[in-house]
Amino acid sequence: MLSRHADSLYWLARYVERAENTARLLEAATRLSATPILAEGGRNEWEMAVDGTGTLDLFHQQHAEATQRTVVDYLAFSHANPSSIRCCLDIARANARSVRTALTMDMWETINSGWMETRGVNSPNLTRQELSDFLSRVKELSLRFDGSAYRTMLRNDAYYFLRLGTFIERADFTARVLALKADVLDPNRPSIGGSSDYFQWSWILRSVSALTSYHWVYRDNLKPNLVAEFLILKAEMPRSLVSCYENVTLNLDSLSRDYGRQGASQRKARMLLSQLQDTTLPGLFAIGLKEFLERFILDNANLGNTIAEQYLG
Amino acid sequence: MPAFDEMNGFGQGVRPAYRTIQAWLDSSDPENLKRLQKEAEFLFRRIGITFAVYGDAEAEERIIPFDIVPRVLTGSEWTALSKGLTQRVTALNRFLADVYGAGEIIRAGVVPADLVYQNPAFRPEMVGLKLPHDVYVQIAGIDVIRTDDKDFYVLEDNARTPSGVSYMLENRDVQMRLFPDLFAETRIQPVDNYPDELLASLRSVAPISAPAEPTVVLMTPGPLNSAYYEHSFLADKLGVELVEGRDLFVLDEVVYMRTTRGPKRVDVIYRRIDDDFLDPMVFRPDSVLGIPGLISAYRAGNVTLANAVGTGVADDKAIYTYMPEIVRFYLGEEPILKNVPTWRCREPDSLRYVLDHLPELVVKEVQGSGGYGMLVGPKSTREQIEAFRAKLMADPDGFIAQPTLALSTSPTFVGDGIAPRHIDLRPFVLTGADKVRIVPGGLTRVALKEGSLVVNSSQGGGTKDTWIIEDPADHASSGMSQSQSQAEG
Repeated sequence: MLSRHADSLYWLARYVERAENTARLLEAATRLSATPILAEGGRNEWEMAVDGTGTLDLFHQQHAEATQRTVVDYLAFSHANPSSIRCCLDIARANARSVRTALTMDMWETINSGWMETRGVNSPNLTRQELSDFLSRVKELSLRFDGSAYRTMLRNDAYYFLRLGTFIERADFTARVLALKADVLDPNRPSIGGSSDYFQWSWILRSVSALTSYHWVYRDNLKPNLVAEFLILKAEMPRSLVSCYENVTLNLDSLSRDYGRQGASQRKARMLLSQLQDTTLPGLFAIGLKEFLERFILDNANLGNTIAEQYLG
Repeated sequence: MPAFDEMNGFGQGVRPAYRTIQAWLDSSDPENLKRLQKEAEFLFRRIGITFAVYGDAEAEERIIPFDIVPRVLTGSEWTALSKGLTQRVTALNRFLADVYGAGEIIRAGVVPADLVYQNPAFRPEMVGLKLPHDVYVQIAGIDVIRTDDKDFYVLEDNARTPSGVSYMLENRDVQMRLFPDLFAETRIQPVDNYPDELLASLRSVAPISAPAEPTVVLMTPGPLNSAYYEHSFLADKLGVELVEGRDLFVLDEVVYMRTTRGPKRVDVIYRRIDDDFLDPMVFRPDSVLGIPGLISAYRAGNVTLANAVGTGVADDKAIYTYMPEIVRFYLGEEPILKNVPTWRCREPDSLRYVLDHLPELVVKEVQGSGGYGMLVGPKSTREQIEAFRAKLMADPDGFIAQPTLALSTSPTFVGDGIAPRHIDLRPFVLTGADKVRIVPGGLTRVALKEGSLVVNSSQGGGTKDTWIIEDPADHASSGMSQSQSQAEG
């Protein structure tokens, strides 16, 4: 297929995934803002949400204070934030339009109708209910897009590039949310105790929609080391780093099988996967959780570049 | 006098071809038709004839209105028309091969040299170039009209990048979905083989050096182009890549596309982008849509462009006036399709006549298209006419004039009921190495405003499904009376 089409599919999936992740961050912040707890170091839940997208500097260039109003506008609607939900959906739709021939009708309709439904929502003074409706629609768009891709696309290179976009973006997001809270997950760190820690841990899980499944897997209270294990090492957790990399490897292998040729992407992805699979929880904390995650974020971005060089140039 | 109506003629009752339509309209509740008209619009948006933005001012994605009452022609009407189209497009191709070759028609004094060589659409780069099978116009859209049940007149030849064929295909699709019963009663010639015919035509004119299965691509200026939907629709139906200029590059006079498996050679480019933007090294240097070096590959015979570069010199309105002579010159036949009588304002006698009769005439710019920059005398105010007179006198060479024709009308659903509206027809004529292919039908355009004669979508026009049906039983009975009279004789 055309390299440009592969590139558009890859980024289409990344932007849809990013829109969903940002919506989940905003939901978690809304929820946390309704609880009496104050986060450590004077940082409030809204600033945490911005930090989860890795664009805190850009935010502070535009806004002095992180409040519900400024953060909702910045993360959901602002054109001055290239990763705002609005921008993600605009770019996703523009990409979808430019690869019309590679998408199924169901996928196109999902993107197009979702984009049309949400583009009217704009006010920075949304009620909580309106904001919640908007975020639900964004998540729904992403779920429908994922589902229609799964159910209607031919299993060929177009599908593999689309999936690669989804899983690389997802791995990036999970790693960022964890890195943000690496210190509260570190078992060696002195606890400030009380309910503060609990809210921090549950915020992490909520941001990646993993709170309920955590309980199903561990049948236990929230424990920081288990939260880290769940989101990094548990293959059955679909947002965990190891699960994302199983999928990245799978799709890269399918590509190389179709094309009859292996390359740097396949080698790098397999190396990253086996590193993750060989890691144990004590090992993780011995390296230092923050260091480990920062390293991973870089490696993951690096793999994205390698894929671009190998196929999308 | 009212115009000829495709259903009712000049008021002598329903023409046989329209009996089914008449019966259907008579038995339909207007409310129900109204509902189905809405349903049609919904389908167009959903199937994706364009991706309209509801209530949005961005004209980028509006839809062209679809009328639910089909336009009907009989098999014998179509046969005559398609013979005329084949003849005309064959002559167009011969003309182009000649003006970029020996120039015999000019030396014979049939067409004035300056009309060809001074024409802005004439491309010196094409001179002396030999194209595969001498095909210049692989895809033509010929706009025809009629004023009675006898002759079709050509209003305009479109030999550059004619559009609208996706509407021909989608209109049929929607018509069949909404009115399945109507199709059960009538046998209508299919149009859905158009993409196959197009692909066969394009492959047949691949460079001699191309492999047996040449690689065809469709080239678009990109998603911002007004016809982008059609480009993606056709690429999808053809099963070929939809490329932009940046997807292609030229190496050693060969064109390649950038794919995920590495460079892939391209043999035929069905380009929906104007000459000017094709190659910044030869044409407009500021074009970012084109492919540097494309023309060198083209001149080396390593790639086919459809349509060829420089075909605009044949569909210019000034050349149009010479089409009857062009047909006679190359084919030695009388033209089957007539031209609308036309005054060439460059000729002093004609100019005088035109200036004296502006309120009755339609005056068009030689280089214009899309219904822009024209004067429809009978529909214009005195001020508009005088303003146009000044324009015309300043540049007589730039204009032609035609009588205001009473284009035939067809029953059309408007507001709350059925009313006659003026129509034309654009059939699509495909020329390959082996033969000319015309899918039976075409795009019927309808001027939705009451009394309007301008059918262009940019001027409030809509479209209809176009049916070519078997000749109704009447023809058989008239044949019988003929044989009876023979028996008597």
